[in-house]
Amino acid sequence: MSNFLQDHRNTVIALAVLVIGFMMSAYVVPEEDQVVIIRTGEPVGTVNTPGGETDAGLYFRVPFIDSVNRIEKRLLDLEMTDEEVLSADQQRLLVNAYARFRITDPVRMVERAGSTDGVRNALEPILNSVLRQELGRRTFQAMLTAERGSALANVRTNLDRQARQYGAEVVDVKIMRTDLPEAPLQSAFRRMESDREREARTIRAGGSRDARIIRAEADAESARIYAEAFGKDAEFYDFYRAMQSYDATFSNDDNPSESSIILSPDNEYLRQFRGRR
Amino acid sequence: MRIFDGFGQRISLAMAGKKSPWGGGSDDGGTGDTPGGSQGGGDKPKGPRNPWLPPGGTSDDGRRAPNIEDIFKSRGPEGPRRSGGGGGPGGPNFRFPQRPGGKSWFPLAVVAIVGVGLLATSVHLVAPQEEGVVKTLGNYTRKMEPGLNFSAPFPIETVDVEDVEGVRSVRIPGNNNQAKLILTGDQNLVDLSYIVRWNIKDLANYKFRVVDPIETVNEAAEAAMRAAVAETQLDETFSGQGRAAIEMDVRERMQRTLDGYQAGVRVLGVEIEKADPPAQVVDAFRDVQVAEQNADAARNQAQGYAQQVLAQAEGEAEAFDKVYAQYRLAPEVTRQRLYYETMERVLSQTDKTIVETDNVTPYLPLPEIRRRSQQPVTTVTAPEGQ
Repeated sequence: MSNFLQDHRNTVIALAVLVIGFMMSAYVVPEEDQVVIIRTGEPVGTVNTPGGETDAGLYFRVPFIDSVNRIEKRLLDLEMTDEEVLSADQQRLLVNAYARFRITDPVRMVERAGSTDGVRNALEPILNSVLRQELGRRTFQAMLTAERGSALANVRTNLDRQARQYGAEVVDVKIMRTDLPEAPLQSAFRRMESDREREARTIRAGGSRDARIIRAEADAESARIYAEAFGKDAEFYDFYRAMQSYDATFSNDDNPSESSIILSPDNEYLRQFRGRR
Repeated sequence: MRIFDGFGQRISLAMAGKKSPWGGGSDDGGTGDTPGGSQGGGDKPKGPRNPWLPPGGTSDDGRRAPNIEDIFKSRGPEGPRRSGGGGGPGGPNFRFPQRPGGKSWFPLAVVAIVGVGLLATSVHLVAPQEEGVVKTLGNYTRKMEPGLNFSAPFPIETVDVEDVEGVRSVRIPGNNNQAKLILTGDQNLVDLSYIVRWNIKDLANYKFRVVDPIETVNEAAEAAMRAAVAETQLDETFSGQGRAAIEMDVRERMQRTLDGYQAGVRVLGVEIEKADPPAQVVDAFRDVQVAEQNADAARNQAQGYAQQVLAQAEGEAEAFDKVYAQYRLAPEVTRQRLYYETMERVLSQTDKTIVETDNVTPYLPLPEIRRRSQQPVTTVTAPEGQ
């Protein structure tokens, strides 16, 4: 047993060569990657490309001669820096957009851009200019609202056309942020403030107007009620109200005041006082 | 250890084979069968003297240069204290303990470690809220459902288990408390923060379709929220109903976007946590609320007044109606009665002066009366006759 190596030397060597050869030539393409095989600077094959015939898995290459260039297969992110865009009605807006793209033609990508970062670097200025161009045609209001949809569809189409040259496909372009630059921001604040002041005044005025109307309506209604009741007999109302008024004026228990009344004996009240004539 | 034994022998063989500067007279008990040893021993019995050996000491029984084989040999079988494999003092003294049969533990240890490794990477316990994706040599082949699952060991199959049911919630903007101003449809700004809750709809897509799914979700949320708010008026963002509409809208937009990316993400909900006016103009907004309360207060007061006035009118009218109904039954008597009753009340509380006839000149001490009572004096000359 101690002479195992000597006994099986050839086998062992053969095995080792096999293992080393296997390790040098085999490579695993994971689901996330696609691969371009480059042989002496020339791309000679691809693995696991979108829509390609090969799947992810274990593949072999010629050691030393073939190099494996792994490229992201998943959806990639292209973010843009904040960009000041001038709208058709000369208003400024800070726009930040992102695009999502994936590499569909890795061979072309490797030839033209080298890496996915190369694609990003190439596409970013294009995204900026296309976006600026497209949004610049629209008014500020349209930029903000629903028309974004069609604008972005145009941006996507344009960007996609450019991206195809780099073997990439632009799936989506979205505006992530639209902000006002500093100066318009301050004026927007002022406008909001004055808007609110106006609203506050309107509300207060509305309140006092309503209050007056309510009071007037109540007064009118009470007048109607009085008229309806008292109008049945104006002469009796005169008498009845006079009695109430005397009561209130001269015999007010709550607020007694000393009054002196000088009566003429001819007074109706004293008619009986004089005795029968 | 067979291989290692052989290896050791080969080393010792090589060492012994060299012409040792410390003396060639090594008759080599241990490796006597090796050709190098015997050759070295036979051919050069009188090699250069070992300077550390006493002169003439070429005898075989005396001290001789230890070769590496002797170093190993001198260690002999280790006691049970060295059992347990692994650690032990390293360096040249390292040696695996031996099994009772004189064989080494080493192959067993290797087998055990590899076995544990294989077991660990091939048996997977997937929790109920989890799912796993299995890649066979990088190629996505199947999904693992909750429960006990098996796969081929590590280099062949890799398994990625992820919590798919668990709700991830992300707050936008993040924890930095800076105001996040969003433009509304009427070109105002609103300071908005919201929470997006999502989980994984399709783990394979989640893993293999999008580079950074979490960041993708955040960006999709932000874009959707901005777009939704841009189609909304400022005041709607403050009202509960408007908020609910925005939340729905954002959720649908996000889902649509993410489905477009095949991100494998399910958006469970979007909740607007806070929708405030920007801090710079918040006073003006508060003033509007104050104004609303003022207006309400004014209205309430007016309503109160109206109720009071109407109640009074109704009461008086009712009283009049009642009296009038009685009056209609006996007009003259009622009239007289009311008159006398009133006069009674009036005159009983006042000073009365009755001036009898025309030929008496009345003296009215008005100043005195006024002095007597600090209160205003009402002097009434009752109408003559009726």
